[in-house]
Amino acid sequence: MSVQTPISGLPTPSGTPGAPKLLEVRDIVTRFTTDRGSLTAVNGVSLSLERGRTLGVVGESGSGKSVLSRSIMGLLPRSNTERSGQVIFEGKEISGLNDSEYRELWGDEMAMIFQDPMTALNPVMKVGLQITESLRFHLNMSKSDAKDTAVALLKAVKIPEPEKRFSSYPHEMSGGMRQRVVIAVALACGPKLLFADEPTTALDVTVQAQILDLLAEQQRERYMGIILVTHDLGVVAGRADEIAVMYAGQIVEQAPTALLFSEMKMPYTEALMAAIPKLTDASHTRLAAIGGRPPDLVNPPKGCAFSPRCPYVQPRCHEESPTLTPSPTAPEHLFACFYPIGSPETEEVRLRIAAQRLMATAPEFVAAPAKTPTPAEQSPVPAPPEQTEGM
Amino acid sequence: MAGSGTAHLRQPSETLLRIQNLVVDFPAGRGKKVSAVSNVSFDIASGETLGLVGESGCGKSTTGKAIMQLPRPTRGEVTLDGTDLCSLRGEQLRNTRPRLQMIFQDPISSLNPRRTVMQIVEEPLNIWKIGTPEERRLKVNEVLSAVGIDPEAAAERKPHEFSGGQCQRISIARAVITEPSVIICDEPVSALDVSVQAQILNLLEDMKARYGLTLVFIAHDLAVVKNISDRVAVMYLGKMCEIGNPDALYSAPAHPYTRALLAAIPLPDPNASLDTEHHLEGDLPSPISPPSGCRFRTRCPLAQDICAQVEPQMQHVTGDQYVACHFPLQAVSEVPVALTQ
Ligand SMILES: Nc1ncnc2c1ncn2[C@@H]1O[C@H](COP(=O)(O)OP(=O)(O)OP(=O)(O)O)[C@@H](O)[C@H]1O
Ligand SMILES: Nc1ncnc2c1ncn2[C@@H]1O[C@H](COP(=O)(O)OP(=O)(O)OP(=O)(O)O)[C@@H](O)[C@H]1O
Ligand code: SF4
Ligand code: SF4
Ligand SMILES: [Mg+2]
Ligand SMILES: [Mg+2]
Repeated sequence: MSVQTPISGLPTPSGTPGAPKLLEVRDIVTRFTTDRGSLTAVNGVSLSLERGRTLGVVGESGSGKSVLSRSIMGLLPRSNTERSGQVIFEGKEISGLNDSEYRELWGDEMAMIFQDPMTALNPVMKVGLQITESLRFHLNMSKSDAKDTAVALLKAVKIPEPEKRFSSYPHEMSGGMRQRVVIAVALACGPKLLFADEPTTALDVTVQAQILDLLAEQQRERYMGIILVTHDLGVVAGRADEIAVMYAGQIVEQAPTALLFSEMKMPYTEALMAAIPKLTDASHTRLAAIGGRPPDLVNPPKGCAFSPRCPYVQPRCHEESPTLTPSPTAPEHLFACFYPIGSPETEEVRLRIAAQRLMATAPEFVAAPAKTPTPAEQSPVPAPPEQTEGM
Repeated sequence: MAGSGTAHLRQPSETLLRIQNLVVDFPAGRGKKVSAVSNVSFDIASGETLGLVGESGCGKSTTGKAIMQLPRPTRGEVTLDGTDLCSLRGEQLRNTRPRLQMIFQDPISSLNPRRTVMQIVEEPLNIWKIGTPEERRLKVNEVLSAVGIDPEAAAERKPHEFSGGQCQRISIARAVITEPSVIICDEPVSALDVSVQAQILNLLEDMKARYGLTLVFIAHDLAVVKNISDRVAVMYLGKMCEIGNPDALYSAPAHPYTRALLAAIPLPDPNASLDTEHHLEGDLPSPISPPSGCRFRTRCPLAQDICAQVEPQMQHVTGDQYVACHFPLQAVSEVPVALTQ
């Protein structure tokens, strides 16, 4: 890897021992008023983050990842929105701040990288000025200091010929370069907390690796806390210290990364993992798709939100909602499920489905006509009760 | 010039679609041109799926569209079942159109918002005047059921009333309705999340088996491409780097660029160490003035002087694997020079 570039003139904040947690979020609920009724996008999320650490937030499209980040940052739409819960940043409650107080915070203390670099940058403004603007606002830098710092930042995010690129417009750059500029803008004032909402989804794997390497390097250097939002479990596996899995606006499983992968408890997390095509599998391996679709957040199902799609569902799951509770064996591992992976009930279902599959496929060895196997016959995860057409 | 040659092509009789020395240039003003696709060759046997991978801007979509003759390539041959499409004109070319279909990345915006899903799926039959109205209606119901969309809902509803994954199912129904020989899928699952992606990939495999399709599958997710492909072709800046079956190509890449692509894949396994050593540095050079010799040389860790002077040609590695590199990572078997020209 290349040499790290220290950036002159920037505050490089350091953590104090015994200081309060960087971020502490308690019981956030965010609702939108829609013409179909009240939509609960985030439903009672609590989490915390220390400086220098990365929390990965994963989940299907619509599970509430972006609304959660926006709820924490105070970036929600003003109308038709209802939010409750506490957001404590460095020991201070910030959810009641007004716009100008939030503006002081954004960029300076916390910053956000959005999914689409084109919409995050002003298309008619030179990229260099987009960086100096925030340096001058937050850090009161002089024009020439701000320019030097901006060039140093462009260099730090590995933009070739940074002095020249200072005067480029966003459309004159490749997608990867634009996303690096967005990161430079986000890092400009040395934030302590960085939200990266799908920062690499629009990019190639090679550029994605470069951007994630860059974020990791800047995190080490600046001791930032990062919340990395993505729907790619592969991205968080190598980059996050801890992972929170979201489903229908709730965290359904949360654990340190290694523990989550080795001791997966939640049927939903297992199903998400199984749906990913694996490089180690031979080509044409049938994928274990999750049947059905995520619940309607205006009219969520009774009981566990995953129950209509869960292969291990039991009568109790339709009646009661499981709450996020620590695992008896590892308190840092939380999950919300009555019959977690490894419990006698799930093992029983596994065996039953394996037996059914054997019975169903056996006669086909004799009666030949080659037909494509249904997902239920091949998937490593038992098929959910109803394999519907919907998604 | 990086990555040309045709040593990897099979006998024309063994293949359904054959692309030979395909060149696509776009005008870039002031007499300059964008060299989007340069001397690309590959072939596909009937029933095969060819995966096309490479970084953004390497010419995947342009190659796909050139096969469809939209627009016509600058040079080269596209042979479908023995007929060179590039030499066909007017009515003759029009008649081949139902045999080639395309599916795009953005499922919702690629469907006409003002028509019902039923009308959208039926449209190709009307355009090509295939079947009687009654036959068309039956066919529409058949393909909609095959992709898992309720024909009754489709009769009334418009695309925006369906989810992204359902819209991609509708695109697939529309593409298979003319019973084409070849479907070119341009990033069909890139906009979908993993669970919907798995449903669509499984559906494509089912449709292939059911309708005897041959696919060109364009994507930048290498795990997705491995899952669906029989052969994978790796492109860089308008050139072919390497081609072969995915199991061989992924376990023993012969081209330094293929290795870099594989090293960049984030694995859903926290114990897998990140192969940062082979991560690519720098950006894609401009296709307006591509590097001389091997186009990958400005970012290649193995580049030598010869790479700037001589464009590597396709050479045989093993089995169906071929590579265009002067210093390949796997041993190549020498092919007589006369054959590669
Ligand atoms: N302003 C809004 N008004 C009404 N509903 C909204 C609003 N913003 C988001 N939602 C709804 O809230 C839910 C959660 O959306 P969110 O954008 O957080 O999902 P996500 O997990 O980020 O998904 P993706 O992976 O697609 O980005 C969705 O059902 C979405 O339609
Ligand atoms: N109509 C056009 N006019 C000029 N240049 C074009 C045109 N279409 C494509 N190009 C250029 O040709 C090159 C190849 O583009 P193409 O869209 O084929 O890449 P791709 O591999 O499909 O990339 P992506 O993964 O981003 O879809 C790029 O440099 C692109 O800018
Ligand atoms: S087993 Fe029951 S509680 Fe657990 S995820 Fe399935 S439906 Fe929900
Ligand atoms: S070694 Fe030379 S020919 Fe091979 S990829 Fe690198 S630059 Fe190209
Ligand atoms: Mg989002
Ligand atoms: Mg493309």
